[in-house]
Amino acid sequence: MQAEAFFFWVFAIVLIVSALAVISARNPVHSVLFLILAFVNAAGLFLLMGAEFLGMILIVVYVGAVAVLFLFVVMLLDVDFAELKQGFVRYLPIGALIAIFVGGELGYVAFSWIGSPSPSAAATPSGTLSNTAAIGRVLYTHYFYFFQAAGMILLTAMIGAIVLTLRHKVGVRRQNIADQVARDPKTAIELRKVPSRVGI
Amino acid sequence: MDIGLAHYLTLAAILFTIGVAGIILNHKNIIVILMSVELILLAVNINLVAFSTHSGDLTGQVFALLILTVAAAEAAIGLAVLVAYYRNRGSIAVDDINALKG
Repeated sequence: MQAEAFFFWVFAIVLIVSALAVISARNPVHSVLFLILAFVNAAGLFLLMGAEFLGMILIVVYVGAVAVLFLFVVMLLDVDFAELKQGFVRYLPIGALIAIFVGGELGYVAFSWIGSPSPSAAATPSGTLSNTAAIGRVLYTHYFYFFQAAGMILLTAMIGAIVLTLRHKVGVRRQNIADQVARDPKTAIELRKVPSRVGI
Repeated sequence: MDIGLAHYLTLAAILFTIGVAGIILNHKNIIVILMSVELILLAVNINLVAFSTHSGDLTGQVFALLILTVAAAEAAIGLAVLVAYYRNRGSIAVDDINALKG
C-alpha cells in the first residue's frame, strides 16, 4: 500500500508538471515531448488503478500514434512559432482567471459531494479474470454496437485524413496496369525489313 | 495516506484546468490548442477509469476506450486540416483563419 501511494505521487506530480510544460513550452517540439511524458505517466496511473488494458492502449494509441503524428506535423510545417507565442503574457491574467474559475467549480463539486459511490462487491470484475479479458467480455457482447461505431469513426477519420491531404501532382509517371495486361504480340512487336549494310 | 478515489478526481480536475488554461494562453497556436484538447480528454479518461475501478463496474473503462477512439480520430482529422490549411495559406495562425468572416 505504501508503494502504491509512492507511485501515485510520483506519477501525479510528473503528470501535472509535464502538462504545465506542454502549455508553456516555447518550442512546440518540446510541447509534444512533454505531452508524451504526460501520456506515459497517465498510463502508469491507469496501471495503478488496475485498468491494465487501458494503460497499455494509452501507450500504444497516444504515445505510438497520436503523439508521433503531432511530432511529424510540428516538424514538417515550417512555421515561425515565436510569432505564434505572442500574447502569452497578455493573456496570462485572463487565462489564470478562467483556470481559477474552472478549478474552483471542480473543487466546489468535489468538496460538497457527500455520497461517495460505495464499491459494490457484486459488480467487481470476477477475480480470476484479467482486466483485458473482462473488458473483452463486455465489449464484444453488451457494447458490441458501440464497438462497431468506434470502428466506423476510425474509418471515417482515416478516409477524411487521406482526402484532406492527398495531392495529385501533374507530370508524375504512373504504372497503367490495364495497358500492360492488354498488351499482346500484335501491339508489342514490330517487324521491320532491315536492308543489308544500311541499318534502320 | 491511502490513495483513494478523491486523489484521482483531484488530479483529473487539475489536469482539466491546465488544459482549459492552455487553450486560452496559446490561443494563436492551433497545434498547442489541439494538444490542450488531448490533455482535457486525458483528464476525462482518468475520471472515468477512477470511477470504474472504484465502483468495480467496467462500463467506465469501455467508455474511456471509446473516448480514446474519438480522440485519436479528432487528432488525425485536426492535423490533416492543419496540413491542408498550411498548404493553401502558408500559415497556421488562428488569427488568419477568417475567410468565413462574412
